[in-house]
Amino acid sequence: MPPVLELKGITKRFPGVLANDHIDLTLNEGEVLALLGENGAGKSTLMNILYGLYTPDEGEVYIRGKKVEIEGPSDAIAQGIGMVHQHFMLIPVLTVTENVMLGMESVKYGLFLDQAKAAKRVAELSHKYSLDVDPDALVGDLPVGIQQRVEIIKLLYRSADILILDEPTAVLTPQEVEGLFEVIRSLVAQGKSIIFISHKLKEVLEISDRIVVLRRGKVVGETRPQESDERKLAAMMVGREVILQVPKGPAHPGEKVLEVEDLYVLNEQEQIAVDGISFSVRAGEIVGVAGVQGNGQTELVEALTGLRPIVEGTIRVAGQEVTNATPRTITEAGTAHIPEDRQRDGLVLSYPIADNLILNTYYLPPVAKGMVMQREVIFSIAERLVKEYDVRTPSILTPAGNLSGGNQQKVIVARELSRPVKLIIASQPTRGLDVGSIEYIHSQLVKKRDEGVAVFVVSAELDEIMSLADRIIVMFEGKIMDIVPAEKATKEELGLLMAGVHPTDAAAEAEKEAVA
Amino acid sequence: MTQEKEKDKKEKRILKINWQAMAVPLLAIFTALVLGALIIAFTDETVYAAFRESGFFGGIGRAVEVIRIAYGALFIGAFGDPKLLWEAIVHGDGEAFTQAIYPFTETLRVTTPYIFAGLAVALGFQGGLFNIGAEGQYFIAGLATVFVGYSLKGVPAIIHLPLALLAGIAGGAFWGAIPGYLKAKTGAHEVINTIMMNYIAFRFAEFMLDVGGPMARPDSFRPVSPEIEPSAYLPQFFPSNSAIRFNWGFFLALAAAAFVGWLLYKTTLGYEIRTVGQNPHAARYAGISVPKTIILTMAISGGLAGLAGATDILGVLHFMPNAFASGYGFDAIALALLGKSNPVGVVLASLLFGALRAGARYMQGIAHIPLDITSILQGVIIVFIAAPEIIQTLYRLKQKIEGEEGVVFTRGWGQM
Repeated sequence: MPPVLELKGITKRFPGVLANDHIDLTLNEGEVLALLGENGAGKSTLMNILYGLYTPDEGEVYIRGKKVEIEGPSDAIAQGIGMVHQHFMLIPVLTVTENVMLGMESVKYGLFLDQAKAAKRVAELSHKYSLDVDPDALVGDLPVGIQQRVEIIKLLYRSADILILDEPTAVLTPQEVEGLFEVIRSLVAQGKSIIFISHKLKEVLEISDRIVVLRRGKVVGETRPQESDERKLAAMMVGREVILQVPKGPAHPGEKVLEVEDLYVLNEQEQIAVDGISFSVRAGEIVGVAGVQGNGQTELVEALTGLRPIVEGTIRVAGQEVTNATPRTITEAGTAHIPEDRQRDGLVLSYPIADNLILNTYYLPPVAKGMVMQREVIFSIAERLVKEYDVRTPSILTPAGNLSGGNQQKVIVARELSRPVKLIIASQPTRGLDVGSIEYIHSQLVKKRDEGVAVFVVSAELDEIMSLADRIIVMFEGKIMDIVPAEKATKEELGLLMAGVHPTDAAAEAEKEAVA
Repeated sequence: MTQEKEKDKKEKRILKINWQAMAVPLLAIFTALVLGALIIAFTDETVYAAFRESGFFGGIGRAVEVIRIAYGALFIGAFGDPKLLWEAIVHGDGEAFTQAIYPFTETLRVTTPYIFAGLAVALGFQGGLFNIGAEGQYFIAGLATVFVGYSLKGVPAIIHLPLALLAGIAGGAFWGAIPGYLKAKTGAHEVINTIMMNYIAFRFAEFMLDVGGPMARPDSFRPVSPEIEPSAYLPQFFPSNSAIRFNWGFFLALAAAAFVGWLLYKTTLGYEIRTVGQNPHAARYAGISVPKTIILTMAISGGLAGLAGATDILGVLHFMPNAFASGYGFDAIALALLGKSNPVGVVLASLLFGALRAGARYMQGIAHIPLDITSILQGVIIVFIAAPEIIQTLYRLKQKIEGEEGVVFTRGWGQM
């Protein structure tokens, strides 16, 4: 029997880049194939070709042994190919059923929507693949993990049997990831085939049957989870040995640089997001914030950097009070900020790299003399930083939007860390980045710590916080659950704290239950 | 490669004319002219007559002749008759020379307010703001200018003229800053507010200039302002020939274009304006005050639109009629689009529109083609610019490379 899907010699060129270079790929029925690669390795391009969003310059696509031309997503869907994007394409104010039937509505009497029929089908699919989704729930009310399942139901509803999941775990909590894996297992058990795109090595090893590694647009290797481990995969991906654990010596904390007292901050819905927290970060230490996303971390960072008003409490940076100060005042007090959403806040994507590297120093000498900006100076700064921070770009005049995610982040890191700062606030500094870039950014943060800078890191990756931080703050529903020294913290303990349970309470609970 | 050479290369790349970026506007103009030619041929009686009487080739021949006459007249109306110009130069006849270049001076005269107003809208676009209020700003500036022009008496020109110009800038800037302030402080969309400000400006001017109004000319039965003092006149370029209305305002407009280019690309304020326009979130992150920048952008934009009104009054009209020559503010949107919100582009687009507007009158006289054909040409050009895919498909051009610095024309409602 021919494989479900076969790609032969797929090549795609963009100006200056060979995104896909004669890629061959096969997917068998009932198989989970992991596509692993750094950002910019060509995974997304390949999948967009398969989904009909790009046309390949060369190469052929076969489905069940038959050559097909995919000219757009509708062709792809007709061929049974479905894709769950990283960013969901759902309408929050509609119900699950309405979202699912959108675009292929069931109709009765030629005019009226037949919701009941569609809802029945959704319920059937949900049951068959143990997705556990209520067809009548409003999508906006559902947690992210369930919304993802709605996306999957959308594909199943359209009778897709090749499912492409583009970095599906990036937005999920560890528990939700487990749930997703169960869904995937149930899907393949019933004959669906899945392409799982990720750069998280652990997950790839856990869920896939076969792993294909891409690097710089080429397939550089194929392996099976049983025959491989994280270290081997990382080396294949990056093309060299990678240090997975951040090498760092003990911290030598100095005086307090960031002092937060009794801070209250509201979110967009005017609800309390940061609920009276106090902490400090000393010079020469890294303090990490662990927590499931949406527990006030984003609002905390925005308040610290002047992007969100503070209701109550005080913030001091290097002794200077900066409560409700403007972002510029806080920057000038010696704060560097690596923002959570790098494309929204951290960069002007249409600007060349050179202009992005001066985003918060554009008005200061030597970049500007009075009102006049000094092009020569800007170029020489850019040349230096691009070299120093290893930003891979054809030119300093390349628009930032043309860079891969990792290189975009390096531009931000270069800009923020090359200034003389006392405090670094880094929010999700390595989200969506490949192993090589993560390694680089971690080492830069540790280097700054060792130079006596206070570093404050917020991350949804517990592994990242545990390997990077000297002290760990666990946030839950806007409050600090606990502050623990990193060397004493265990994953289990932190996991419980992140869920809002004190380990001591949990132990007591368990004992009580045992007694009962 | 040495660093010097590398730098050299970079400079060259910046200075190099970007043909790819210019391809769409140029082809849009060309295509519009072709379409215009077809319309001229299809609406001409004699062409149909020729088809009936002399068959297919006779009809085609007549159509070509009609188009040639029409566009020939358009050209002569816009740039003057090359034959007359040549004769004047050969004979060294000064008067004949000024007469020969009269059409071109008219083109430049019309171009002047176009440049100012086009720059105003282009600057707004660069800052992510859609200033539809250039027309109203032009009116308010006209009122301010004419007031300073006629009420100050016995002041030397060296003081009076700059003062009158400044009054125009201030008037336009004030009128532009109001919707800017509303946008910055309340999020009210500038498109709505500038349109409303236009109506307020029109009616305000009506009130001021109506017979018996505060700024009406005494003893006049027309709703016009008093004549301004000669000390506030923008000097004529050919003082000997009073028929020629071409004045120094044109060079002021070129200077304004250079100033806007310098402001946008060489100064910190320009960087702030462009950053707010491209990505207001990143601007806020970078410590730029977004509200302040929005207000400033609208004020500068209004000031530029105000100069259009001021130079029209000080250089051409010397008084302000109630039905102040208008349409510039709206054409300005087209100019900014055609010029890709770039000062040089705006100047070139203004020259084109100026030539069309000046040439059309002559074409109407000679070839009996209605003036409206130029509106059709302008409209078609704008459609092609607004939907570049038409031109790209028509001429098999490559799509624009992703991530290039485009200009945000406007954002959805309720967004920053």
